[in-house]
Amino acid sequence: MRHLLSAADLDLGQVGTIMDLAEEMSLVQGRPVKKLPALRGRTVVNLFFEDSTRTRSSFEIAGKWLSADVINVSAKGSSVSKGESLRDTVLTVAAMGVDALVIRHYASGAPWQASQWIDAHVLNAGDGTHEHPTQALLDAFTLRRHFRERDPDLQTFAGKRIAIVGDLTHSRVARSNVLLLNTLGAQVVLVGPPTLLPAGVETWPAAVCTDLDDVLPSVDAVMMLRVQRERMSGGYFPTPREYTIGYGLTTARLAMLRPDAAICHPGPMNRGLEISAEAADAANSLVLDQVAAGVAIRMSILYELLGGADDTPPPGAGGGHG
Amino acid sequence: MNDLGADAPRIVLDADQIARACARMAHQILEANRGAKDLVLLGIPTRGVVLAERLAKAMADVEGVSIPTGALDVTMYRDDLRRQPTRAVGHTHLPIEVDDAVVVLVDDVLFSGRTVRAALDALGDLGRPRAVRLAVLIDRGHRELPIRADHVGKNLPTSADERVSVRLEEIDGVNEVTIAREPAPSQPAVGRS
Repeated sequence: MRHLLSAADLDLGQVGTIMDLAEEMSLVQGRPVKKLPALRGRTVVNLFFEDSTRTRSSFEIAGKWLSADVINVSAKGSSVSKGESLRDTVLTVAAMGVDALVIRHYASGAPWQASQWIDAHVLNAGDGTHEHPTQALLDAFTLRRHFRERDPDLQTFAGKRIAIVGDLTHSRVARSNVLLLNTLGAQVVLVGPPTLLPAGVETWPAAVCTDLDDVLPSVDAVMMLRVQRERMSGGYFPTPREYTIGYGLTTARLAMLRPDAAICHPGPMNRGLEISAEAADAANSLVLDQVAAGVAIRMSILYELLGGADDTPPPGAGGGHG
Repeated sequence: MNDLGADAPRIVLDADQIARACARMAHQILEANRGAKDLVLLGIPTRGVVLAERLAKAMADVEGVSIPTGALDVTMYRDDLRRQPTRAVGHTHLPIEVDDAVVVLVDDVLFSGRTVRAALDALGDLGRPRAVRLAVLIDRGHRELPIRADHVGKNLPTSADERVSVRLEEIDGVNEVTIAREPAPSQPAVGRS
C-alpha cells in the first residue's frame, strides 16, 4: 500500500490487518512509555487547508507515538494565504524531504492530485465532499469492538445492518463509510431528507430510505452525520427544528432502537439538532470510543505505509497505488 | 558439521528430546531464581510464546505454582524494519505488570541476538523489571551483539548458511528441530562476486 486516498483502496484483508494492528496499537495508550520506535527518522507533515481539531491532533499523536517527526502546516498564516497554489505548496513541502503528507483540503480530489505530483506517501484526511477514509476505518474499528463484545470471533460485518443518517450530499464520512462497510459485508441503509440525498445515490452499494422511523428498529448500528450548518444556506430543509423532527436521533427515537444497537457520530456534534443529548450520552453511544480509536487506527495506517522499506517508484511511473 | 551435502533437513531434536529440554530448562529457571517468586515468562512470537507456555506448565508440574505467562512482540523495535516490506506485528500480552518482576524472555532460536536486543528495548518501554533472563530452546551461535542466554535447551553448532527450523505441535502439528542448508544463496559464496 502506497497511499490511502479512498476507502475503496482497501480490500477485506487489508482492512482486517489495519484493524488487528490498531488493537495492538491501542495498548500503547495504557502504557507508561507511550512510544514505539517503528517510525524513528520518518517525517510526517499534516497539511491542513481546513480547520480540524480531532483529525489533525490524532494524526499528530499517532505519528509521535510511533517516533516519527510530525510537523503541522495549516493554510491560515501560511504561504497559502498569500496565494500559493496547491501544487506549489505540496511540492515545497515535499522538497523538504518528508516521508508522508497527510492532507485535508476543501476540494474533492486534492489528495489524489497531490499523490500524482510527489513521491511521498499521501494520506487523505478528508477532501471536500468526497472521502475521509481514516474516519471510516475508525468507525468500523469501533463497531467491530462493539460487535465482538457479543460475538468474539466476528471477522466481517456480514448480516449486520447499519444506517447512515443525515446530510448524505455533503458528507465525506458517509461516502467512505458506505465503501468500507460494503467491503466488510454489512448492509448499509442511507437515510436522509430527499433534498440531502446526492445525485446518483442509487448507484451506491446501499439501500436508500427517507423515513428514519421505518429503519431504526431493524439496525445493528446507526451513524448520525453532522448537519454542516456552514453548508446549509441552500434551503435543504425549512428549519433546524423540522430537521430534528424528521431526522434527529431524539430521545423518543432512542427507544425505537434495539437495546444492543450502537450509536455513532463522527463529531463535532450539534446536540439537539441531529442528535439529542440523551442519545449522545446513552450507554450504547460509541462517540467517545470513536475518538479514542482515532489514534490507534492512524498509528496502524502510518505503520502500514511507512513501517517498511522505501518502495519509491521510478520517476515518471505515476500514481498506481493498490 | 560440514558434511551436509544434501538439501534434506536433518532432525537434531525429536519430540521426546524437546520435551526433556523444556523440563530441564524449567527446573533450571526455578533453581536459578530460588523458586517461583516474582517470575514472569514472556514468549517472543510466534514459537517463543508456545515454549513459554510449555515451560510454565512444566514449572506448574514441578512446584505446583502457576507462573504468569505472556507474549512480547518485538516487531516495531527491530533494527531491520527498513530493509524489507512492512512486517506484520504480533500480539503483546502482559499477564502482570513487569515492574520489579524477574522476566524470563523465551524464544525458539538464538542466532544474531538482534531479536533479543529488540525485546530488551520493548521491555524497557513497558516497565522496569528487577532482572531479565533469557531462555532459548536452541542456541546456534553466530552472535552479532553482546548477548548470551541464561538457559539453553541445546547448543547447536551451525554454519551461517544453514537454516534451523523449530516446529511445535501447537503451531506446526509436529514437534521437531531440523537443520538444513539454505536453499537460495543467502551469503556471497567463495568464488562468486
